[in-house]
Order: sequence, then structure tokens, then C-alpha cells
Amino acid sequence: MALSKKTLINMYETMNKIRLFELRLQELFAASEIPGFVHLYLGEEAVATGACAALTDNDMITSTHRGHGHLLAKGGDLKLMMAEIFGKKTGYCKGKGGSMHIADLDLGILGANGIVGGGGPLAAGAALAAKYRKNNDVAMCFFGDGASNQGTTQESLNLASAWKLPLVFVNENNGYGISCPQCKSMAVVDIADRAAAYDMPGVVVDGNDVLAVYEAISEAVKRARKGEGPSLVECKTYRWRGHFEGDACTYRCVEELEEWKAKDPIPRFESKLIENKTFTKDEAEKIKAQIEKAVDEAVVYAKESPMPSASALMDDVYA
Amino acid sequence: MSEKTYLQALNEALRQEMERDENVFILGEDVGQFGGCFGVTQGLFDQFGCDRVMDTPITESVIVGAATGAAACGLRPVAELMFVDFIGVSMDQLFNQAAKMRYMFGGKTTVPMTLRAPQGAGIGAAAQHSQCLESWFMNIPGLKVAIPSTPYDAKGLLISAIRDDNPVVFLEHKMLYGVTGEVPDESYTIEIGKADIKREGSDVTIVATSQMVYAALEAAEKLKADGINAEVVDPRCVLPLDKETILESVKKTHALVVVHEAVQFSGPGAEIAAIVAEEAIDYLDAPIKRVGAPFCPVPFSPPLEQHYIPGVKNIIEAVKSIR
Ligand SMILES: Cc1ncc(C[n+]2csc(CCOP(=O)(O)OP(=O)(O)O)c2C)c(N)n1
Repeated sequence: MALSKKTLINMYETMNKIRLFELRLQELFAASEIPGFVHLYLGEEAVATGACAALTDNDMITSTHRGHGHLLAKGGDLKLMMAEIFGKKTGYCKGKGGSMHIADLDLGILGANGIVGGGGPLAAGAALAAKYRKNNDVAMCFFGDGASNQGTTQESLNLASAWKLPLVFVNENNGYGISCPQCKSMAVVDIADRAAAYDMPGVVVDGNDVLAVYEAISEAVKRARKGEGPSLVECKTYRWRGHFEGDACTYRCVEELEEWKAKDPIPRFESKLIENKTFTKDEAEKIKAQIEKAVDEAVVYAKESPMPSASALMDDVYA
Repeated sequence: MSEKTYLQALNEALRQEMERDENVFILGEDVGQFGGCFGVTQGLFDQFGCDRVMDTPITESVIVGAATGAAACGLRPVAELMFVDFIGVSMDQLFNQAAKMRYMFGGKTTVPMTLRAPQGAGIGAAAQHSQCLESWFMNIPGLKVAIPSTPYDAKGLLISAIRDDNPVVFLEHKMLYGVTGEVPDESYTIEIGKADIKREGSDVTIVATSQMVYAALEAAEKLKADGINAEVVDPRCVLPLDKETILESVKKTHALVVVHEAVQFSGPGAEIAAIVAEEAIDYLDAPIKRVGAPFCPVPFSPPLEQHYIPGVKNIIEAVKSIR
């Protein structure tokens, strides 16, 4: 697939934005600066980036408890996200939602989600709305290997297929649901095999190769836009950190982690781009420095923002 | 007897029941080697192995439903929900299957299943991980609902729940896991549906559950300065509800304040207030007051979350408004 230089650089920027944002959160959490739970997306940047690059702003996504990557890839604002994660009034959800519930409907983000498997039915609804309005939009549901075992996920796959909804299921298979390895929670090796049960295409891609993800998902999006129904794209990847920050992660071995770190999606993509002369090493460094600066600014913004006042407690319960 | 945390008390109850009865087993997400999201099942996998401490996929419907099915076949499963908020996923298996099975089958089976679940706000876990849902379960005939506040009660009630021939929803409060108290080393039971008077008093009855018991006790100490001697009653189970102990207390103190962290509107306090109004109104010389969470989801931001959770101040205000 011949991609424009601009698209390639955008993807590179997005991956680094996610990486640097998450690395900063890791530090901030360790320094007890942020409340609540934080589930980092480190190592999985190619999936959200490749998948969202195939969408327009009007297309909707549903995200997960590990949502920062999806949100940033869909265009989420660093400052508003950071402020929300700090619980500040200026955050995406006025401090009411936090890391697990960030949403931006204008950018097609129907929310991160604290309920594993909660996104599938919502994505089916978004796809239904698009089909109903005949506006050619598609919906995309991100879900984990663990979430693939929920009835809600299976029910969504079935409905989407039966009704030929314009929906792309993006499975992020990072091998674990908290401590539970995939082999203990399901008998199939490839989650994509389950697509057969619903008579939809099911493909497996290297989830650490952003271009492979982009290609497979672009195909699925094309199909959905043509009215041919949903697809299931399984992206094999790995999370570098524990399930949440603070997880000692004793259930998997260091060798496995090292093996996957060697497949880091970012340097892989970077060397490809340098090789095909999209940019030089220097230019790549400059991009990273700019993002680092933007992340710094987001942290300052979040820290300097006020907490919500007690009087806001009852706002927004009803419209 | 020794000092133990609420968490250790629960762990000990599970261990002792598993040692005593081989029909008892555990299932849930990450309950095995990982030891459970909050650590309640720590060490049990090493002692009893994967045949009795079963890691399930993330499938709450099957966790609750399989526990129900196994219980109907004579086993005594203890299922864990990582957070009570996930009950929504499996609600049908709980309220249409587990709770009604015996009745619908004309008494042909028992369902000795225990469903443990942590609930409550206070750790910045936001709206989908912080609710107190006991009032949902209280409205389901066929279930029993335990909601212990102290380590002592936690152990005794969990053992009773496991031995009970009915489905018992066992609600733990996340903020209580680290609370310590005297807990006997040996096995013991506490009758399901029996309240406990946590503090004797003569001027007002404060009925409080779970984490709110501690707030009520603190409020009672502070009220002493104003010459108000509060009695604190901890129902320990909201279904069945020990109305006798509550009524007796009210007949002695002539005033009632009910406190819980669940949403106040249509919460457990509504039922308790209604019972007292119906059966002891002549003994009351002040209106009944309720203290519960406001009618909104639990907010994420720490200052808002603290504002959401009912506290000592709210209880004192409620008491002073009638005493
Ligand atoms: C309904 C429900 N059950 C359980 C949980 C607790 N929980 C949060 S994340 C998670 C693991 C999810 O695994 P997976 O879907 O593979 O996503 P990953 O964390 O690997 O990205 C679990 C069990 C939850 N949030 N919601």
C-alpha cells in the first residue's frame, strides 16, 4: 500500500505520543501524583495507531480500561487527557471519569470503559446508528483477549454479522487477562478463528507492525463501508507493564517480556521510515522532542488546573 | 485469639472451610496464583491446587451461573467477583437462576453458593468500580446478603455463608480489607441475619452497615461531648434483616438514624425506616433520619469522591437534627 509521507509521519508521531504519554504516567504514578488505577498501553502502540489511521473523525470507536492509546490515536488531546487522569476540573470529563472513562464524542470516542466486554454492544449501537443514517461511517470496537470471552463480545459479533453492521472488531491480543494467560482461558490459539462462527472474515496480524495493522484494518473498514458487514482483526501484541501500575507481574517470565521488547514497534517503524527516506534520524529525533515538550506542557496544565468543586457533584446526572 | 486484618479473616475462613469440606471450592478471575485482585485468596492455590482454586476466563455470567449449577448439584462453590459492579454482567444468573431455583423447582434442590464481592468507594476507582449495591440484592427473594464490618464478623459470617444452603451474596468493603481486630484462630460461625450492637447507648439508635459502622462509632464518641449517648447497631446482614434488634434498640432510645454508603434514595435505609415506622412509630419521639450517598454515580476526582461518601459529619448533623 502506497502511503503518503504525511500519513507515515502522522503514524510515527501518534506512536510516540502514546509512548511518551504512558512513560510519563508511569513516572507520575510511581511518584503518587495521580489517583486511582492506571492501565498502561506501553508496547501496544502499533495497534491503536494502525487501526485509527484507517478511520475518519466521524467514525466511532469504543475503547477499554487500557484506553489511553486508542484515545490518543483517535486524536485525543494530551492536556485534556492528562487533566482528567489527575482528576481535574479541566479534564475531558470534568474530573468525574478518570483514566477509565475518558470520552470525546466529537472525535468519535465513545469512551474508555471500566467494564471488560462493555464496548462491543456499544460499538454495535454506533454501527447501527451509522447504518440507520446511511452516512457511510463505521464503528470500531477495541477489545482484549480476555474480553473476547465475555458473552457481550460474542453477542456483538453475532448481531453485527446478522445485521451486516459497519463494524470492525479489533482484538488486541496481548496474551493475558490480568494474570490469566490466553491458553488457560480459551482453547483456540487464534481469536480470529471465532469469526468463522459468525460468518465474517477473521484475520491475524502482527500487532507490533503498524503498517500490517493498518493494511488489515483498512481492508475491514473498506468492507464495512461498502455495506458488506463486520470483520474481526486480531493483532498479536504484548503489554510491557503489569496489568495496572503497581502489579508485581509475577505471573509471566522476564524472558518473555524481553523477547517482546526486542519487537518494539516504534524503532521497527522508525528504521523502516529512515530506510525508505521518509525522514532522517535527526528528523525523527526532532519529532520525539516536540512530543516530549507537549507532554511536559500537558503535565503542567494538569497540575496547575483546579480540582472540581464540591458543588459539581450532582451536575450531569440527568440531561 | 489474635489481631488480624479483615482480609486475613476472610482468607482464614476460606482456608478452614476448604480444609473441613472438600465440596468447597473457589472460582473467579485471578483468584489462583495471583491471589485475587485484593489478595483475599492469597496462598489458597498453593495449598489446594488448581482443582479447588479455579481461575476462570473473564465471564461473570458463567462464574455466577456455573457456581449456581454446581451448587444445585451438591457442591459448595465460593465465587468471587473482582468488583461488585461486575454483577450487572451476570445478574440474570443471580436473580433469575440462583435466587429462584429452589422455589421454582418446588423445593427439589438447594443452592449452597456464596458470591463474594468487594464494593464501595474510596480508592479513586471511579463510577464503574465503586458502587455499593446491597439494595439491589435486598430486593431479590431467595438470596441472603451479608455485609460485615469487622474482621471478627467477616470470618464468622463467611463460614456461615459457605455452610448455608442458600445463595449468599457476601459484600466486602474495599476500604475495610486493612482494618484489624481480634479474630479467633479456630473456626466459628455467626448466625446469618443476626445484628450486633457495636456500641450501647440510650439516646439515639444509629443503624450503620459496613464501612459506615466506623463512621457511626466515631460520631457516637464525638456526640458524647454534647451529652448524647448513641447506640450503634450493625445489622451485619441486610437480608434477612434482624428487625427485632433494631426495633428493640429504637424502643429503648426513641430515635433512629440509618447510615449506609449505598445511594440514600431507595437504599437499605428506606426499608429499615419503613419497618420502624410501621412497627414502632409510637416509640419514636423524633422523625427518622437517613444518611446515605447522594443520588449520583461515584465521581473519580478524589475531593469529589470524598464529598460523595457519607461521613462522621453527616451522621452528627443527622443526630443533632433530632436530638
Ligand atoms: C466485567 C468485568 N470483569 C472483570 C473486570 C476486571 N478486569 C479489568 S481488566 C481485566 C483483564 C482484561 O483483559 P483483556 O481483555 O485481555 O485486556 P488487557 O488488560 O489485556 O488489555 C479484568 C479481568 C472488569 N473491569 N470488568
